[in-house]
Amino acid sequence: MMKSYTAIRIALLLAAGVLVSACERPPITTEQHGFRGTAMVKVANPRIVAEQAGIHAVPAALPVAPQEGQKASEVYQNVKVLGDVSVAEFTRIMVAMTQWVSPEQGCGYCHNLQNLADDSLYTKVVARRMIQMTQTINSDYKTHVADTGVTCYTCHRGMPVPANVWFAPEPQKHATRMVGSKGGQNTPAESVAYASLPYDPFTPYLSKANTIAVNATTALPNVRVGSIQATEDTYALMMHMSDGLGVNCTYCHNTRAFSSWETSTPQRVTAWHGIRMSRDLNNTYMEPLTQTFPVHRLGALGDVAKVNCATCHQGAYKPLYGAPMLKDYMALSAAGALAAMPAAAAPEAPAEPAAEMPAEAEKP
Amino acid sequence: MAEYQNIFTQVQVHGPAFPGVSIGRDDRERMGKPTDVHLFGRLGDAQIGPIYLGWLGIASIICFLVAFEIIGLNMLASVNWSPIEFVRQLFWLGLEPPPPEYGLKLPPLNQGGWWLMAGFFLTLSIMLWWLRMYRRAKALGMGTHVAWAFAAAIWLYLVLGFIRPLLMGSWSEAVPFGIFPHLDWTAAFSIRYGNLFYNPFHMLSIAFLYGSALLFAMHGATILAVSRFGGEREIEQIVDRGTASERAALFWRWTMGFNASMESIHRWAWWFAVLCPLTGGIGILLTGTVVDNWYLWAVKHHVAPMYPAVFGTVVDPAMLQGAQQ
Repeated sequence: MMKSYTAIRIALLLAAGVLVSACERPPITTEQHGFRGTAMVKVANPRIVAEQAGIHAVPAALPVAPQEGQKASEVYQNVKVLGDVSVAEFTRIMVAMTQWVSPEQGCGYCHNLQNLADDSLYTKVVARRMIQMTQTINSDYKTHVADTGVTCYTCHRGMPVPANVWFAPEPQKHATRMVGSKGGQNTPAESVAYASLPYDPFTPYLSKANTIAVNATTALPNVRVGSIQATEDTYALMMHMSDGLGVNCTYCHNTRAFSSWETSTPQRVTAWHGIRMSRDLNNTYMEPLTQTFPVHRLGALGDVAKVNCATCHQGAYKPLYGAPMLKDYMALSAAGALAAMPAAAAPEAPAEPAAEMPAEAEKP
Repeated sequence: MAEYQNIFTQVQVHGPAFPGVSIGRDDRERMGKPTDVHLFGRLGDAQIGPIYLGWLGIASIICFLVAFEIIGLNMLASVNWSPIEFVRQLFWLGLEPPPPEYGLKLPPLNQGGWWLMAGFFLTLSIMLWWLRMYRRAKALGMGTHVAWAFAAAIWLYLVLGFIRPLLMGSWSEAVPFGIFPHLDWTAAFSIRYGNLFYNPFHMLSIAFLYGSALLFAMHGATILAVSRFGGEREIEQIVDRGTASERAALFWRWTMGFNASMESIHRWAWWFAVLCPLTGGIGILLTGTVVDNWYLWAVKHHVAPMYPAVFGTVVDPAMLQGAQQ
């Protein structure tokens, strides 16, 4: 008898261990930021924050280069972006980009080392377009990135392909058969922080422009708004945002009324613009590059890698905890932003948008 | 003394197995010779059997198995018939109701058709089981309190999966089968309809749920505490109040100012338990059909207070830009 009880106890302990294995080990700290009694707190785990410190460390800025002298486009051939900065600044940015994107592969990752002006490597074509994208973000999306801005490092962090990108998921085999459709959900998927919510929250909102708001705007039934399924889709996107930013719901919402703007935090407005920005970047910059990339860089359905919140944020409420890297590389911001440069570094101003750039999609 | 402070039953009485009172000609439907299982005796009664199924029980079990198989095989197919993945993903797997575009129309099998079928057989199984409980109570000459309490739970089940979807004109409003899927549905349902916590019938339901637990704990504790005085003979003490009843009553008058009687405590507990799904079902039934956003409803009726705008004025950016959200 004794023996069997011991076995049961061990089994129960093991089962308990399995059950809590997905839980986060304390301590959990909370910091109040809303009105008292509304449970609006920022939740953090100092241990996990410390573990992630390395990802969010900012590389030192390269020594300032003279802004005077000949322009890059006057010295180098085939310079379609950054042509208006000085040769010294151009070289400095190229060195910085190598550190940010291909520190191990070096200049040869994008350039034909026999002829640096050659466009034969796809990576160079992509990199040029990505510089234009960065400039667009920094000048047209101040509603999201403010003056902090972004650089290549914000997403790349020393890797040729950013760690957090998304592809359209492969269709489920049984979705079109007689039994076993998952309806695009009910799968332990990282994209929704392992909830059983729809596991592709990106295509509907960060590629297409499906309606995110699902709540009725009147107390009593009036206009039919979102279905339960649409709510789960929105919920899935929110799980991604929460996970990608390392924040809980109350970072943006007063959760007693998710839809109410008047009780939300200003961060929700920033996030709203971030959703539109991601969608715009995917449709204007990433999708058109699909043919440029080799097949092994594409997803299972042949679609290009696309951005979501985690691409820049990587688990932090602000990428790199809001470290302003852009101020040391103001050429990565387009014309409008250059005016804000300190006087000493200003003269090169009228960079970009080059004539051959494709027309930009309308901003939401 | 220690035997009253143990979560397991400390006393197991063994005697000749008792088959239960005669139910007349239906006695033949009792299967199996009664046997004692010590471990069961630690929690409840050690005697297992005889088992009575009857045609209602058998039909109910068959219907349940049909529903169970439809759900389980759909889940297994959804992981490409892999038993390992089935176990790994079991908590995530589900069987979803039809998508909204089908409304109340019959959908294809793999787009909610199986869900409808599983729901049909599960409902049939539950109804048959209810009938069986009712008839078994009658057969034993009992009251039908258990059956009616069960009916309260069935009311909530039917509101969630049948009555409300009918009123809303869409099966897609109903609950999916599956562990996490039904929990996600619950969260999404509350979010979609503007926070169910502002639904007064949901409030009542919670009050009765927690109230049931509290009453159950108070009653259980009271009876255990006076069982040394014969308090476990509750039913006899209803009409023949002994020192156990007197002490228990005095204890609650001292500590709470008021006490139940040996009879009334069971009525309290029964009504609290039954009112939990009854009020909950009303709350669900009103959601989406009569009230579309409980938060706004609560604001309108001064239930939800406004807090100081500590973040300043936050405005919907879609309104500012005239853009579509």
